[in-house]
Formats: sequence, structure tokens, C-alpha cells
Amino acid sequence: MTAVDLRVAQRPNAPMTTYRYDEYDSAFVRERVAEFREQVNRRLSGALTEEEFRPFRLMNGLYLQLHAYMLRVAIPYGTLTARQMRRLADIADKWDRGYGHFTTRQNLQYNWPKLVDTPDILESLADVEMHAIQTSGNCIRNVTADHFAGVAPDEIEDPRPTAEFLRQWSSLHSEFSFLPRKFKIAVTGAEHDRAAILVHDIGLRIVKNDTGEIGYQVVVGGGLGRSPFIGKVVGDFVPREDLLAFLEAILRVYNRFGRRDNKYKARVKILVHEKGIDEIRAAVEAEFAAMDRSAFDHDPEEFERIAAFFAPPPYESLPATSASLRAAKLETPAFANFVDVNVGAHKIPGYAIVTVSLKPIGGVPGDATSDQMRVLADASERFGFGELRVSHEQNIILPHVKQDDLFALWSMLDAASLATANAGLVSDIISCPGLDYCSLATARSIPIAQAISKRFSDMSRQRRIGKLGVKISGCINACGHHHVGAIGILGLEKKGQESYQITLGGDPTFSASIGEILGPGVTAEQVPDVVEHLVDYYLAEREEGEAFIDTWRRIGHARFKDVLRREGEDGADI
Amino acid sequence: MPVFKHPQILIASNLTDGEVVFLGSSGWERDHRRARIARKADEATELETLGKRDISANRVVDVYLADVEIGSDGAPTPLHYREKMRVKGPSVRLDLGKQAGEGAL
Amino acid sequence: MALISDGRFIEDAWRRLADEEALPKSGKFIVSLPRLEHAVEVLGPTATFGVIVPNTTEPSALIAALPRLDLISIAFPAFADGRGFSLARLLRRAQFKGELRASGRLVADQYPHAIGCGFDTIEIPDDLADRQDEEQWRAALNAYSMSYQRGYAGRGSILEARRKAVRS
Repeated sequence: MTAVDLRVAQRPNAPMTTYRYDEYDSAFVRERVAEFREQVNRRLSGALTEEEFRPFRLMNGLYLQLHAYMLRVAIPYGTLTARQMRRLADIADKWDRGYGHFTTRQNLQYNWPKLVDTPDILESLADVEMHAIQTSGNCIRNVTADHFAGVAPDEIEDPRPTAEFLRQWSSLHSEFSFLPRKFKIAVTGAEHDRAAILVHDIGLRIVKNDTGEIGYQVVVGGGLGRSPFIGKVVGDFVPREDLLAFLEAILRVYNRFGRRDNKYKARVKILVHEKGIDEIRAAVEAEFAAMDRSAFDHDPEEFERIAAFFAPPPYESLPATSASLRAAKLETPAFANFVDVNVGAHKIPGYAIVTVSLKPIGGVPGDATSDQMRVLADASERFGFGELRVSHEQNIILPHVKQDDLFALWSMLDAASLATANAGLVSDIISCPGLDYCSLATARSIPIAQAISKRFSDMSRQRRIGKLGVKISGCINACGHHHVGAIGILGLEKKGQESYQITLGGDPTFSASIGEILGPGVTAEQVPDVVEHLVDYYLAEREEGEAFIDTWRRIGHARFKDVLRREGEDGADI
Repeated sequence: MPVFKHPQILIASNLTDGEVVFLGSSGWERDHRRARIARKADEATELETLGKRDISANRVVDVYLADVEIGSDGAPTPLHYREKMRVKGPSVRLDLGKQAGEGAL
Repeated sequence: MALISDGRFIEDAWRRLADEEALPKSGKFIVSLPRLEHAVEVLGPTATFGVIVPNTTEPSALIAALPRLDLISIAFPAFADGRGFSLARLLRRAQFKGELRASGRLVADQYPHAIGCGFDTIEIPDDLADRQDEEQWRAALNAYSMSYQRGYAGRGSILEARRKAVRS
């Protein structure tokens, strides 16, 4: 894009704050749609069998699920414009059932598309610079990033230019589209990790060295699922100009040596675990040294071109705190509550980061109706330069709200049932779709989330409990990230019934840890009781300032296991 | 020869729209109550053969046999909770799926 | 087997030599990997021969023979097994200049990947060729005008195009 194009792209209420396609990006997604349209035709005619079609169907995000197909739309690094959010709403109405589900990888899922309609859906997405490319399949998936990118006070560098740079590099890669298994990359650029990089196949942490140069700490082999692992450092400081070459080296080692004999042992985390990080590091470094680096020479220019799109919006000069905000809080307690729980500090004085919870009490976590999507789009234009984020916690972020506007925003959200003040609290549950939708699931997860949410519906009780990450997966694939929940719940099958295994002590941040099993599985009916007993025990034992995970770390897992055992002795059938 | 324990029906996904379908006496049905029931091993094998034929004809995918019990009205009900879900729809959205009368053939 | 080159089915000028068959005096023939060392030893400089290798082959096993080989065929045990794409890249990096052939049940949609990684031709079983005619292979080759990656063969690079646009 030329400088003139950049200015033209900026509109007063929707200045350019994220990447915009140039003619090459647009041509690419159009060609992708045309290719998929032909692939569908060839599938229907039988030129492609289902076995042959399946990888290509998956590489365009289309799954076959329990009741219908499911289309997973990519939302690169979780960033959306208002126009794109409106298009997602329109697609939901035209080709689906009027709602969508925001996922733990910052994407959106439609649960009822028809195969024959999918090329038209992809066409509609391409109109607004969106796609479903590589949201499934044994290829490099959506590159996720910190949902507070660009606005968090603890930020070192906005991770999204890196994520966009990688998104392009990984699109329709000639060599890495038939990997042993899926490959997920996450980028973080702040002092606190909000992108769970340590449980990704590759996690990138933007760091500065002693001379102030920007580089990446590269972590490999993290992952959840059947065998959870925390990633290990394979590159301490990779300078920006070496990043793509270094990643190519890792992917080549994985493509060549990742296991292909057993689907459940095919992720890179298994390769790292079985060979050891030292051997993997040596292999990656050897490959990196042998590569022809001239192919990467001009990447720094391209990176700068991309980075320019993520310029800060035209923030006003405002005082650090807003007098009207203080007044509004005093006048409306429900609003004050919302501000205290869902609103975070912004790096620009007078602004705030707002988390819009998609976890209404008793609701389906992460779901939004098409009307709600339109309200969110409108809200972002009125109060946030037309930009939204999707977090891996299945909530929506408005990253540029003036403190002065918070009350008006809250009123608008409240009218659309989007003002639940529970961000990060016990009812802000992360849950995969589970057996209500997913053909991989072994048990339902959403009703468990709903039951826990209702049990803790009292907001003052939730605030007293404080930050508590409850994460629920409906099967061992762990899409609900239960391994890294302070309280994790895994739905399995036991003797023909749904059975729930509870873990404690998971953490997705830089202090990452995998949760430990509490005891034998419990029934769906017992889950809210168990969670309540655990929370009550925490409240009784905690010291000043301790969140649930802190108390658990201090007093140990055995004491929490005792709680359940004692409950069992009282007659509860645990 | 494995012991044939329960009556069975044949379940698949319709290729063009992904909806759950059941092999009936003449073609695929959207309603499981109209599914053909296999009461013996050779009947089950015949269902599978017909299913495979329709995979090759690009009509359906993911064909498999599911155990059922027969009600007093003669209609089959799946035994496993996963297939119970498939004949109804999402338990958290009773307004969607077969339970809400959706699906058109 | 059917052979695809430049989006067309062509006659195969090469013959796969059975292991028990003696090395011929003329013609283009392909030996299995275990016979390669012997073939290099005994064949004269005018012999035109190639080798078919598993996709797990280490490039170092072929380095010595590279200058003598006119063709390397890489077996794809399954179309979703992408190891052959990396092996092809590594062989081109080792300066192999002969024909690189992908052999297996590849589908037409993989044609751009194969070309990108340095393959020249694709060999597929007849039953696959019956379902995936020339038109599908040609369409696959032309599906994308440009590629995001650089240093891969085939389509032009989007990055290069952007640089040219900035300069002009």
C-alpha cells in the first residue's frame, strides 16, 4: 500500500489500526475461495473421495461434527474491525442459526453450515478480508497473540506485526502443509503472558537484549491434549531478521522427524519429549546454519511495512483519571462493579481496556447472537476506533475506550445482555463446545459450565473469591484448556455415563503449570458441589492477596484432596 | 463371530449438509424412528454394505452401526448417550436441531 | 502408473528396474536405493539412471551419488505424509539438478506444493489418474498466481512483487 492509500484507509471513526489487505492478499483469498469451490464440486462428483477431500476441507476450516458441519473462521491474532464483526453477524443469519461461538484460539465457529454453502460463506468472508484458511488440518494454524496487544501498560512490543508476518509466511506453505499433526504458534510481547505461549507448539516471547535490540525467545514443544507439556526454550534470543529462517528450521525438523505412526504421538511436543530438548536444539541449529538465508534478506522491510498498519489510533490527550467516571461509579453501583471487574488499565492516560464477557450467568460460554455481534460492532465504532479483539478466554475486548465513555458503553452493553461483570472470576468459565456439538467429545462440557456459573451467581460472592480460572474440556483433546485451569474439569466416559475428572493448580502464564488430578471422576450433578467445597476451603485458608492458585501452591495439593475425602466420609458419594 | 447383543441401526452424515441420517427401508431418513432395524448379525452386515455403497455414491460419510433398544411402539432408541445426542441436537439449545423439527430433505 | 509433467499426462521415458533384473546397457532406468552404491560403481559416465528412495532417506546417503544421478524419485507412502516435500527441498539445496519425481497417491491439489519444493514430475497410480484427470492437475497448478514464501520454486513471490511495486 502506498502512503496515499494509507491515508485514504483512515476514517474518523475507524482509523486503520490493524493490517489491511493489499492486492496480493486479496487475490490470494479469492483464489483460495475459487480453489475450494472446485474442491467441493470434485467431492460431490466423486473425483475426490472423502479421504482425499478431508485434509483440504480441514485446511479451509470445515469440520464434520455431531449434528452438522462446523466452520471455523480465522480471526488472526484475535483482531477484528467493526465491519468484519458485522459480516460475521450477517453470515450467522444468512447461512447459519443466528449465532457464533468464539473459541480458545481467538477464532469463531459456526455450528450449522452446509457443505454446499461453504464456498459462498468463504466468498462473503473474503469481501471483508477474512478467511478460514488453515484453521484446521495438519498445517500451521491461526497465530494467536496477546488480546491486550498495543494497549497494555506492561507491553514491550505489540506482538501483532509479528503474528501477521507469520500468518502470511505460513499461508499455503509448499513444504509445511502436510505435517505429522497440527502446529500452533502464539506470540506475546509483554511482561505478563496473556497468550499462553508456554503451551503452544511454538511460543514466541518478544524480548529486549542488553543493547535494547528486539528479539524473540523461542519456546518449542508446549501443548495440552492427551499428554500436556510445558514448552522448552530452543532459542534464547533470535534477532528479528532471523525469525522466519529459525522457524523454518524448526518446522523442517518437525516435518522430517515428527512421528507419523501414531496420531496421538505426532505433535512436536512428543518429539521434544522423546528426543530431549538438547538434541532438538542441535538439529534446529544445524538446519538453521545450513539454510540459504538469502531468501530471507528482505524480510525486515516487509516486517516494517506490516508493522506500520498497527499504528496507534489518534488518541486524545486526556487526564489520567476521569472525573465523570468517578461520578458515574458513585451513582450506579452495578456500573461501578463492572468497572472494577471488567475494565483494565490502558497505557494511554484517560483510556481503558474493556473486557466484554460472553459468559452470562447460566449462558453458553463464548456464544454471541448475531444481534449481539452488531451491538459489539456499533460499540467499537462509538467508543473504540472500530476495533475489537477476541481473547482465548472466549471474551471480546474493546481496547481503546475513553474512561469518560465507560458509562455510556456499559449502558449500551447492558441493554444487549453483554455487561456481565465477571471477567476473570469463577463464572468466567472457559469451556469447549463438548458433546453438545463436537464429534470428538466424550462428555458434555457446556451444562457443567452453566451449573457452576449458576451456583456462583451471586456477584459479591464472586468478587470475594477473586480471580479463579475454571476451564472445562469435553474430551482429552483439551480444547477447553483444562490442564491450565486453576480448577480444571475433564469430561470422560465411565461405565456408559459422563464422568468428570477434576484437576487443580493449572496456570497458562509465564509461571505455567499443568494441573494435578484431584481424585476419581464425579458425576455431572456432583461437579458444582465439589467446586464449591474447593472454593470454600480456599476462602478459609487463604492469606492476604492470595488468588486460588497461590493458596493451592502454598498449602499443597494433598490438603485439597483431603477436603474431598472428608466430604466423602460425610456420606457424599465422591 | 462376535456375539450380536443389541438390535442396531445404521447412522451416517449426509454429505451436502452434514445432517445426521439413518438408513431406512428405502433410502436415508432424517428421523431415527424410521430407521431400518437389524436384529441379527447378517442383517447388520447388510446395512453396512448398503451404507458403503452410498459412501461410494457420494451421498453420505461416516457410516456406522449403533446399538438401540426397541420401544413398545417398535421405534428404536440409541443406547449410548452420544447417539442419543445425535438424534436430538444440542442439549443446551433445545430450539436447534432435530429436537426442534429442523432439517429438510 | 501415470506421469504428470507440466499439467499433462506424458509417457514415462523411465523404467523402474526390478531388484532381480540386471543393470541394462542402455535406456533410462530407476534402481531401488539398496542398489545405488553398486550401480554408481559399475555404470559408465554415459549411463542415464535414477534411484527411488523412501521419504525417510537422509540426504547424506545420496550426496556422493548426486552428480551421477539423472533422476531421484521420492516415494510418498500416503498423500498426507509430507516428508517427501522436505526431502526434495534438501536435495535441491544439495545442488541436485536432475529430475525430481514424487511417486505415490498424491492428489492434484498437491501439485503446487510439489512444484514449490522442487519436484518436476509426479507419478500416480492409474486408478487415481482415472478420477483426477489432466484438467484437475492443470487447474491446481494455476490455482494461485503468487506465493507468500520466498526461495520456493514455481509461483512468483508476493514479497518480491511488493518490493518491485515500492520501487516503481
